[in-house]
Amino acid sequence: MKFNKKLLLMSSAPHIRAEENARSIMLDVIIALMFPLIMGTYFFGWRALSLTVVSVASSVFFEFIYRLIMKKPQSVGDLSAVITGMMIALCLPVTTPIWIPVVGAFFAIVIVKQLYGGIGKNFLNPALAARAVLFSWPAFVSVWTKPGTGAFSLPLFGNVSPDVITSPTPLGKMKEGLLPSLSVDKAESLIDFRDVVVGNVAGCIGEVSAVVIVAALIYLLVRKVITIHIPLAFIGTVALLTYIFPQGGNEPVQWMLYSVCSGGLLFGAVFMATDYTTSPITGIGKLIYGVGCGVITVVIRYFGEHNEGVTFAILMMNCCACFIDRVVRPRRFGARFFERKGSESK
Amino acid sequence: MLFNFKGGIYPDVKKAVTHKKAIEEADAPKEIILPLIQHKGSICNPIVSVGDHVKLGQRVAEGDPSDSAPIHSSVSGRVVAIEPRLCLTGENIISIVIENDFKDEEANELIIPDATNRIEADVLADVVRDAGIVGLGGSARPLSEKLLAAAKENIKTVIINGAECEPYITADSRVMIEQSEKIYDGAMLIAKALGAKEVFIAVESEKEKAISELRRVTTKKTGCRLFVLHTKYPQGDERQLVRAVTGKEIPPSGTSPDVGAFVVNVSTAAAVSMAVRKGKPLTTRVVTVSGSAVANPKNLLVRIGTPVKVIFAACGGFVEHPNKITAGGAMMGMAQYSLEAPVVKATNAVLAFCENEGKMSEKAGVCIRCGRCASVCPMRLMPIYMYKNYKLQRYDACDKLNIWDCTECGSCSYICPARLPLVSSFKATKKKLKEKISEEVTEENEIQ
Repeated sequence: MKFNKKLLLMSSAPHIRAEENARSIMLDVIIALMFPLIMGTYFFGWRALSLTVVSVASSVFFEFIYRLIMKKPQSVGDLSAVITGMMIALCLPVTTPIWIPVVGAFFAIVIVKQLYGGIGKNFLNPALAARAVLFSWPAFVSVWTKPGTGAFSLPLFGNVSPDVITSPTPLGKMKEGLLPSLSVDKAESLIDFRDVVVGNVAGCIGEVSAVVIVAALIYLLVRKVITIHIPLAFIGTVALLTYIFPQGGNEPVQWMLYSVCSGGLLFGAVFMATDYTTSPITGIGKLIYGVGCGVITVVIRYFGEHNEGVTFAILMMNCCACFIDRVVRPRRFGARFFERKGSESK
Repeated sequence: MLFNFKGGIYPDVKKAVTHKKAIEEADAPKEIILPLIQHKGSICNPIVSVGDHVKLGQRVAEGDPSDSAPIHSSVSGRVVAIEPRLCLTGENIISIVIENDFKDEEANELIIPDATNRIEADVLADVVRDAGIVGLGGSARPLSEKLLAAAKENIKTVIINGAECEPYITADSRVMIEQSEKIYDGAMLIAKALGAKEVFIAVESEKEKAISELRRVTTKKTGCRLFVLHTKYPQGDERQLVRAVTGKEIPPSGTSPDVGAFVVNVSTAAAVSMAVRKGKPLTTRVVTVSGSAVANPKNLLVRIGTPVKVIFAACGGFVEHPNKITAGGAMMGMAQYSLEAPVVKATNAVLAFCENEGKMSEKAGVCIRCGRCASVCPMRLMPIYMYKNYKLQRYDACDKLNIWDCTECGSCSYICPARLPLVSSFKATKKKLKEKISEEVTEENEIQ
């Protein structure tokens, strides 16, 4: 018998582990983020890709440097910095200067993520917090161009000349209580609903194409990276509220469809709000969190100064996530609903 | 229709290697080691001394009848030592060592009860106690103790647990295929003794052969039904099983009789039948020998007390040096550092793993808060927060999170993508909490 007195490994049960690990999960998210990235590059040209590369590279760089300086175990291998980098870039307009994602990456990785202890410890979604900070430069991050027109002639890294034609976003028009497909002023370019679904509208690189984000959602669901709870509750709430309260006396169904498919809602609901670290862990908790995001989004869109409310809605709900977990605990096995703790220790 | 519970995992069960292999009788070893505690309860005292000649099936140790099960020799031969020996639990326990004379002279000590009518619960309890029967599924609780406790309650349903949800193990599965009549008989004996109206033999849906075999037996006869369960770990856990079969949840720190159910393992039921009809005490059991390092994985009928090394040798030894050896399943079994320890009554498998089998070489990382642990926990706990509090040494907070409900099934550790040692930290927390309780008790006593 092949058994010499070599040592046997002693460890506590269980002795088998699941296939997927933290890295493979992150890799799945990266693959899902490739969907909107590819579509964004198709619509907005190579500059979309170069912005993403710069953003990812600087995110990974900041993570690496921080861990190195602070003499902490290196963590770039978990690929979470890559995701943060991709998310920052995908929420920017293609015309933004190249230093914008670098500033965003610094804030996201160093301030929001690493100072709180790294992956799993931050209470805000790093990419979203960075996006909120980047709103400090509205001229760079809140000005959009229409896809196609000269997109592929944009400089890869240099500044975009200021005379690039800006274009209204669907949400910009909706802020005035108008359906993007209708216009009082006939001279203005109309935004067809088909364009909103495909993504042929002015907007952020990764956010424009509804159909691609839904495809990414399906991928994430099939790979069991996320559950349906948050996207369903978030998008469902926005749909319901915009259907019940359409603005400008518009037809409710049309208003709802434009509201759901425009702006950052789908991207936010699928990629941002489902961030593990900053969302609750139980099913009911996730539903509450998603509904909260949806309500705040609609309130900001209707009553706020900004056209878009997804970013701030998710950030606000991020702050509530750990309290939701504390309140919404699963019913104890064998106990009635409110019976939580009997302190019978054996 | 398949019956399910919330949570649970779907590991690669790896049962294909052994589930078609019929139970093979292993050669008797030269020497058997019988630890004096093979059950949950108090330790037995030897009733033989060194030099004595013992027969096969002779009672060699017995203890407090209320919470122990006597131990019988699984060979005939001479007692050569009564001394501490290494056990599968990793401890040194006083054991009776018997040298085999290979004559297999039988003792036939057990009295066969008159089973023409219904056997009363207390009579059945006496028979199974004399036969040394304990919960063979892994609980190892003396069956007599369990029966007497259940006889005080109003038992409606007897559930024969054939879920065998642990990966690799096919021992029960083979018993169901080859000894379905005995299982049925044992089930009916228990059900009649307890006055239960319904009897279910619950089997996971993947065990098709066992299901068809049991279906053949149960359709011919009345009073016993087959119950097909969803294939999922930990379906065989008593709480999940009772939930699946009766729809009732056992209250925290309660037992199945609290909801009118009585659960025994299929092998235990077969052992009951053997004891009542044939007067045979528990001296053998089926052990699955599997894992990637084993040359020829098998389901072996071994004599209790056979050292693990003899069992591996009977399966052709190892194809390569095993990285890890466990007694019991891959989810809840115990790692072994030696092959000297003997198989006891509740050992349903011995497994030998190669390096990196089951992704065990990955190091623990950092929690990414994915929440998978909470979603798989069949007891609906929140392992993520229990672990966090354990790390901060806030054991009381773990208590508030109902850590005592944890059945240590291992689902959370299995699924954790950061490979955190969740279950082992909960075991450590429970130990800390127990220490604290005993400290408080001694302090109180001192004050008085």
